[in-house]
Amino acid sequence: MIVALPFAVGGVALLVSILVCMVRLSIGPTAADRAVALDTINTLVVATMMLLGAAFDEVVLLDVALVYALLSYVGTLFIARYLEGGLD
Amino acid sequence: MNGLIYTFLAIGAVFNALGSVALLRFPDVYTRIHGATKCTTFGSIFSILAVAVYGIVQGGGAGGTMAVRAALALMFLLLTNPTGSHALARAAHRSGIKPFRAVVDRLEEAHHASPDGHGSEGAR
Repeated sequence: MIVALPFAVGGVALLVSILVCMVRLSIGPTAADRAVALDTINTLVVATMMLLGAAFDEVVLLDVALVYALLSYVGTLFIARYLEGGLD
Repeated sequence: MNGLIYTFLAIGAVFNALGSVALLRFPDVYTRIHGATKCTTFGSIFSILAVAVYGIVQGGGAGGTMAVRAALALMFLLLTNPTGSHALARAAHRSGIKPFRAVVDRLEEAHHASPDGHGSEGAR
């Protein structure tokens, strides 16, 4: 309970990093740039979910982060497959 | 033990911020993948390690499950993050994006090797 506030501060710091990534997501000149920015944001969202789950002392929130990690990986693979012309 | 948690949180925040700045500062998509993926993977490892250490310190049933979930998420990120960025880089190269101010492009030479003479060992 005594370290719950530092976890919240760390989560907010990662949210600021996500905002910086969203700049590249919006101005990226090519589709691959936007895909890379989205992949980075997915990783940061997983880390933020873990930190906020620890900050609120709820184990259930960590399960959400686990599922999000797997689903975002599948989404990245689909985007990459579409970019290289595998899906017509 | 709290000092360890604070250190892990600080390392995670700093490296994730560096990774997101790398997205803005690098000139083309390959260098952006290089900077962003490695920095955010390293930073997320330390952020999740802070959660794991917190769960171990807390002890009991809830702390134990928290540590196990954190270890699982760490393993997933460690396995899937390089794979996803590899797929993205390969897709970018196959969709025709040139590296910015590239000196040599060995992958391009391997795909378009001349049929006569040298370079044919890379042809498919």
